[in-house]
Amino acid sequence: MREAAFRTGYQERPAGGLPLFLWFYIRVSALAMIGLVIGHLYIMHVINSTDTIDFQFVAQRFRTPFWRAYDLLILLFALSHGLIGLRGILDDYIHHRGWRAAAEAALWIVGIVFAALGALVLFTLQFSPGS
Amino acid sequence: MYRGSPGMLAWVLHRITGVAVLLFLFGHIIETSMLGLGPDAYNRTIEIYRQAWFKPIEFLLVAAVLFHAGNGLIVMILDFWPNATRVYRRMFWIGAGVYILVLLPVAYLILGKVVGLR
Repeated sequence: MREAAFRTGYQERPAGGLPLFLWFYIRVSALAMIGLVIGHLYIMHVINSTDTIDFQFVAQRFRTPFWRAYDLLILLFALSHGLIGLRGILDDYIHHRGWRAAAEAALWIVGIVFAALGALVLFTLQFSPGS
Repeated sequence: MYRGSPGMLAWVLHRITGVAVLLFLFGHIIETSMLGLGPDAYNRTIEIYRQAWFKPIEFLLVAAVLFHAGNGLIVMILDFWPNATRVYRRMFWIGAGVYILVLLPVAYLILGKVVGLR
């Protein structure tokens, strides 16, 4: 374990509490996203392409709750995984207690705003039958 | 910080790709929220993705996601199987090889049209 940390610089498994929970959460969300994101990339960049995806494409896709749920899972996993990862990076550079608390608060606000913005579209978007 | 070993290079790249993908995610959420403003607003927004200058960025984005995922798997193997540190270098180089092999078709799919290959 020590050797792994020496060689790669990653955080060793914390002893307990919130750090241990976040340590596990990063890994659990990573495993979940390996399937979800590879699927997302395959659908958007291999089967389709950014040259053809448009409003019509999304409208078709969102007709089934399955894809809305799929996208909601990616949204929440990716956002939380990324912000927790960023929290770890900031902790390496910010040592002052007050600034750390400020950074933590900023991460929470950014997380809530972007989760809400993303979820708003997934939950509320309605397409008229003609569109 | 990076001191020359493959593990340290992987660690630095893991951070850089992680932050880069998170920054894209913010933009991606804002761009997707344009769906709520209707077809015209959304189609105008994603016009960015169709520009030739965006294709190398799209490639780098997929490359960053795949590196972060692959290196993350190696990190988890090290976490849950401490003896794996003995074969870390081998895992790193096999992973690097697989990574390059996967990137070739990705480059073809995303950049092929820009350079006139397909």
